[in-house]
Amino acid sequence: MANLIRNRRVEADSWLRLELGAGPNETAGALPPVPADGDVIVPLALWQARRDALAARSGKTGVWLDSKDGPESIAGDLARLPLIAINFPSIADGRGLSTARLLRERHGYTGEIRAIGTVIKDLLLGMHRCGFDAFLLRDDQDPADALLAFDELADAYQASAVETQPLFRRRLAGAR
Amino acid sequence: MSLYIYDEIDQRVVDQRVAQYRDQTQRFLAGKLSEEEFRPLRLRNGLYVQRYAPMLRVAIPYGILSSQQLRMLAHIARKYDRDYGHFSTRQNIQYNWPKLEEVPDILAELATVQMHAIQTSGNCIRNITADHFGGVARDEIVDSFVWCEIIRQWSTFHPEFNWLPRKFKIAVNGASVDRAATHVHDIGLHAVRDDKGEIGFRVVIGGGLGRTPIVGPVVREFLPWQHLLTYLEAALRVYNRYGRRDNMYKARIKILVKETGLEKFRAEVEAEWALLKDGPNTLIAEEVRRVEARFTKPAYATLPENDTALAEKLAVDTAFRNWHQRNVFPHKVPGYAAVTLSLKKSGIPPGDATSAQMDAVADLADRYSFGELRVSHEQNLVLADVRQSDLAAVWEEAKKLGFATPNIGLLTNIICCPGGDFCSLANAKSIPVALAIQERFDNLDYLHDIGELDLNISGCINACGHHHVGHIGILGVDKNSEEWYQIQVGGNQGETKQGEIRPGVAFPGASLGKVIGPSFARAEVPDVIEDLITCYLERRDSEAERFIDVVHRIGVEPFKKAVYGKPDSKSPRRSRQLATA
Repeated sequence: MANLIRNRRVEADSWLRLELGAGPNETAGALPPVPADGDVIVPLALWQARRDALAARSGKTGVWLDSKDGPESIAGDLARLPLIAINFPSIADGRGLSTARLLRERHGYTGEIRAIGTVIKDLLLGMHRCGFDAFLLRDDQDPADALLAFDELADAYQASAVETQPLFRRRLAGAR
Repeated sequence: MSLYIYDEIDQRVVDQRVAQYRDQTQRFLAGKLSEEEFRPLRLRNGLYVQRYAPMLRVAIPYGILSSQQLRMLAHIARKYDRDYGHFSTRQNIQYNWPKLEEVPDILAELATVQMHAIQTSGNCIRNITADHFGGVARDEIVDSFVWCEIIRQWSTFHPEFNWLPRKFKIAVNGASVDRAATHVHDIGLHAVRDDKGEIGFRVVIGGGLGRTPIVGPVVREFLPWQHLLTYLEAALRVYNRYGRRDNMYKARIKILVKETGLEKFRAEVEAEWALLKDGPNTLIAEEVRRVEARFTKPAYATLPENDTALAEKLAVDTAFRNWHQRNVFPHKVPGYAAVTLSLKKSGIPPGDATSAQMDAVADLADRYSFGELRVSHEQNLVLADVRQSDLAAVWEEAKKLGFATPNIGLLTNIICCPGGDFCSLANAKSIPVALAIQERFDNLDYLHDIGELDLNISGCINACGHHHVGHIGILGVDKNSEEWYQIQVGGNQGETKQGEIRPGVAFPGASLGKVIGPSFARAEVPDVIEDLITCYLERRDSEAERFIDVVHRIGVEPFKKAVYGKPDSKSPRRSRQLATA
């Protein structure tokens, strides 16, 4: 089922996400094997251990960060990464929102920033404003309904990753 | 200057929020949104599920209301609730009996008068609170409401700070006396002026009550106003990234400040701020003027400084004089005064008002105070702009409504949370304790003789009743499923001493009370309070020395002795014969 929203469209997902210790015979935390081809999103620990080998693969390689991993953990590698995914372990954990804004606004990252984990309709608009442009919806979400979230609140007072000026400056510019 | 009037964008934000919340409610009722995930979403719109029914908390930004808005609150109490509302210590109003499925309709009605329930709960930036005498107090340095509104807009649906480790409360005070309890908020801002007259803020971060009460430290002595939002953004970002999320009892920013250490925390905020400073969020004079211009401005008449008829009535009418002394506050405009309508009448739960009372107060506001009023964090209503020549008439009307109890600043002006009668967090009931104390100290002469005394009651450690900063604080505790009450003395919310507030000068801050000893059964509490009062009256130098001053002078020990040290402390306490006094 297509449950990826990218740039406000439902799209097929070409990326395979790998997890630590996910194989049947692996111990917890073990680095997973990486398929030779295809696009993969690898956990940060795997990237840090084998970044040169990963970058030399034929398929594309992205990295996913957990909510505790700040942008500093990946800042030196941004030019090599077409995609960074950020995990939301629960609806309540908003650390990934700061991570995305910092990647966009401080580190100038222009690749895809994808929200993974607890990605539900009610979080999409805020994530979008923080710089996420792709959203891997949780399985129970209705993609058509979720798309409506982007237009629920037309105005934002704040400057953000998608709006460089706060409303008070935009108002002033409009009045001039 | 007092009430901010929405422009079309402000209105659209609130209208669209109603539709968004209606969709969330419908998905929940249709089973498409789990109970677990609907919970934080409804909380962000002020809807709790309480002990007996949902509770809806409606925002009253920095405590300001128009008479039209108050009539809407009355209408909602009548139509959707049991005909009353409860004004809270955060200058909001709470309804205890709305139906979950009707809340979107309530919000739609509120939006028609520029009101909402946005971020009145949940782990996000909450309603901004302020000095309830802002704009009228003689000791005001800076009108705080403009800054409150600027912060309100910045914090409304802030995309990055909507899922913080814990709730986040900001208070702003612009006078030389702190009437906004800024030292017990996550961030407290003291609007001040530097030597050149430029406005700025002293920034206090990491104060709070609850189970780890802390008087917040000053993190920055002077923040020029242009940098208000970038600095807040830096502080919130540090908190969002590094605040603890593993234990909700250690998740407030006060714990981050404490565990990180003040110097290191300050360095982290300043480092983040250095990268945001002078960026797009830097405030500009045009925006401050634009917000200022959207506030209503009372059309004050030119009046003599003192009304002669008022002086004559004060000279001959003792009851009126008592009320004037306690419930009337001096105004910076000649010939005007601010009147507190006490919601602390004996026999009524503190902060409660019926729809009829709300409508009547709205009428009073229309007739005597430019159609506006305020809610204080002490859970009273304030008519801020009354002509001195109207005070006698307002007093007569307030008496008819039961709002003229002359007890502002006195023992029976109790701050009290809803407690175990309503709240699912509470360990013990608080309202019956408040009522019993009010009944015991019902004699006004005695009450006035005791003088200024803040008595605060919380039904649990979350401290919604601010018990830590009451001169006398009462905390409901649970012992083996029984309700007990712990008593503390010596707390101070920091407002009662006049002090100068400007950069580099220490602020006469808040202090936290000390527990006097083992807890008491509910029935014993009025006796204990009476013992404390008797001890105070015996030891004060003069009437000018208040209860809190005596505690600070002689310490807690004599009070402990007065309560616990009786020869036969097990026998029923001898009650002072107040009724016959």
